[in-house]
Amino acid sequence: MLRKTDYLTKRYGQPNGWKLAAYERDGGYEQAKRALGMTREALLEEMKAANIRGRGGAGFAMGVKWSFMPWPPKPERPHYLVINADEGEPGTFKDRTLMEQDPHSTVEGCIIGCFGIGAHAAYIYVRDELHLAKERLNGAIAEAKAKGYLGKRPFGRDWPVEVYVHTGAGAYICGEETALLNSLEGKRGEPRLKPPFPAQVGAFGMPSTVNNLETIAAVPTALKLGGEAFSKLSDLHALKDGGCRLFGVSGHVKRPGIYEACVGLTLRDLIFDLGGGVTHGELYFVVPGGSSCPVLRADEVVNAPNETSPIHPWHGKSVLDVPMGVDTFRALGTMLGTCCAIVLSDKACPVLAMHNLMRFYKHESCGQCTPCREGSAWLDRIMTRIVQGEGTLEELDRLHEIADSIMGNTICAFGEGTAMPALGFLRKFRKEFEAYVKTRGKSSTGLLAP
Amino acid sequence: MTPFAPTEEREKQIQEIVARYPNRQAALIPVLHVCQDQNGWISKEIVEWVATRLELSAAHVLGVVTFYTLFNQSPPGKHQVWICRTLSCALRGSDALIRHCEKRLGVHAGETTKDGKVTLRTAECLASCGTAPMMQVDREYHENLTIAEVDRILDRITS
Repeated sequence: MLRKTDYLTKRYGQPNGWKLAAYERDGGYEQAKRALGMTREALLEEMKAANIRGRGGAGFAMGVKWSFMPWPPKPERPHYLVINADEGEPGTFKDRTLMEQDPHSTVEGCIIGCFGIGAHAAYIYVRDELHLAKERLNGAIAEAKAKGYLGKRPFGRDWPVEVYVHTGAGAYICGEETALLNSLEGKRGEPRLKPPFPAQVGAFGMPSTVNNLETIAAVPTALKLGGEAFSKLSDLHALKDGGCRLFGVSGHVKRPGIYEACVGLTLRDLIFDLGGGVTHGELYFVVPGGSSCPVLRADEVVNAPNETSPIHPWHGKSVLDVPMGVDTFRALGTMLGTCCAIVLSDKACPVLAMHNLMRFYKHESCGQCTPCREGSAWLDRIMTRIVQGEGTLEELDRLHEIADSIMGNTICAFGEGTAMPALGFLRKFRKEFEAYVKTRGKSSTGLLAP
Repeated sequence: MTPFAPTEEREKQIQEIVARYPNRQAALIPVLHVCQDQNGWISKEIVEWVATRLELSAAHVLGVVTFYTLFNQSPPGKHQVWICRTLSCALRGSDALIRHCEKRLGVHAGETTKDGKVTLRTAECLASCGTAPMMQVDREYHENLTIAEVDRILDRITS
């Protein structure tokens, strides 16, 4: 159900809304001050009760992640908080709005996060292209520091906290948490094998927590409302998927953008109510949460006869009416991802859409694992041939085989992130792909941008 | 070859960067950015200088330089134009923008104009999907573009 909120976006578009004065007018930094006076146990309880599922794509429970950190911290093994703002998943542009328009919520979240995981330093890893975002974050850090909210004794409490902005240099893979850690350490952004997990061996070989930027920015709000009350904003509180979050919509909609609402919003709400409906024809399909999430067709119906399925209540209904949650979308065979949907009208060609995304994955594979490096390039080569009208029906099966052999055979989830959307397109548009190959593209509108 | 040396202001920036991390290696990517800001690209001299400054091997520094898209390994044009071509932008006409820029500048994406003024490149998703199509000119984002707007921007940087 659509219920808009403005906890995270209240200051968006306000004159100087990104400044400390605006943030403090709305009660900013009161929660950081309060948190530093709490016990770690009490803070963690609140955070677990808030059911903040990671906003970066994997949807892991943030409070639980914090609790994985070794306790108490050993002086010779300092802890680090690392914030992932390497936003680069196609279709995703939410963290950028927070950094540019409300950077203080992130800084306050970092103070609370550092205390919660036993760290004294937080590194915010921002992709280099986002110059305004970096400028605003650095400005917010300087303002907070001047007020004594950061530094040796934040709010007069004996818990030193420093927050730093670290820049990447153009590599999608650095959004993968272990690649990000390597990049932060001044190395090539190649993912690490897990285990050990970052909570044991993270940044600089020390225990670390990596949180998405929107996740950490939601922390002050969750603490202010109280963990349980925050979680209950959501329609999916019972599934431990709580609170409100940012929803993005782009592509063929009248009002693309970032909207804040309670968890439980449906794709129909997002596309038609918030996004203003579809441009250039009828809704055809949606990439629901960043390009790694398998597509959903507008004509798909939920098939969940099993009563234990989280989506059983929507059995027989349109996929567009299922609340957007981590577990509900997993049950649909796709993912919620970053919660930023790409919408395509029936004037757009699914073959060209898949080709566009396969080109992306070929470009961004780090090259460390053979199945991904070779597989992503091979998928792109075949797609290019198909688009040029030179593909064969056998090659459609070859695409399946290649994607299958990437799955599960790589160090990080980039492999699945390439193979799953590929398989999604191939399975759900088999008829369209076959027609495209047989008619050498004449069956297609031949368009992405009508 | 003349060894690289950062300006006084940039040396100060580098010292501030190094102080943020528990070891010197972690400063590598930000320090490379500072050097590239001064020189326009990462020359062999910069690789040597950074390696010495941060106590790393030149091979490690070069490995990092070649991994990341934003480090130029040859001198780019005076202005760098990146046009995003990934799905959300493609759905709103980025292919037409790329074709227009190629035609107008007389280069293919990836090339620099003969007068050295503009390097035209395509980019993969720049987190501007809600304001597509878009292009980045040097440090600045230009969003919700039309061909007319692109022409105005190109007029400015090529005049």
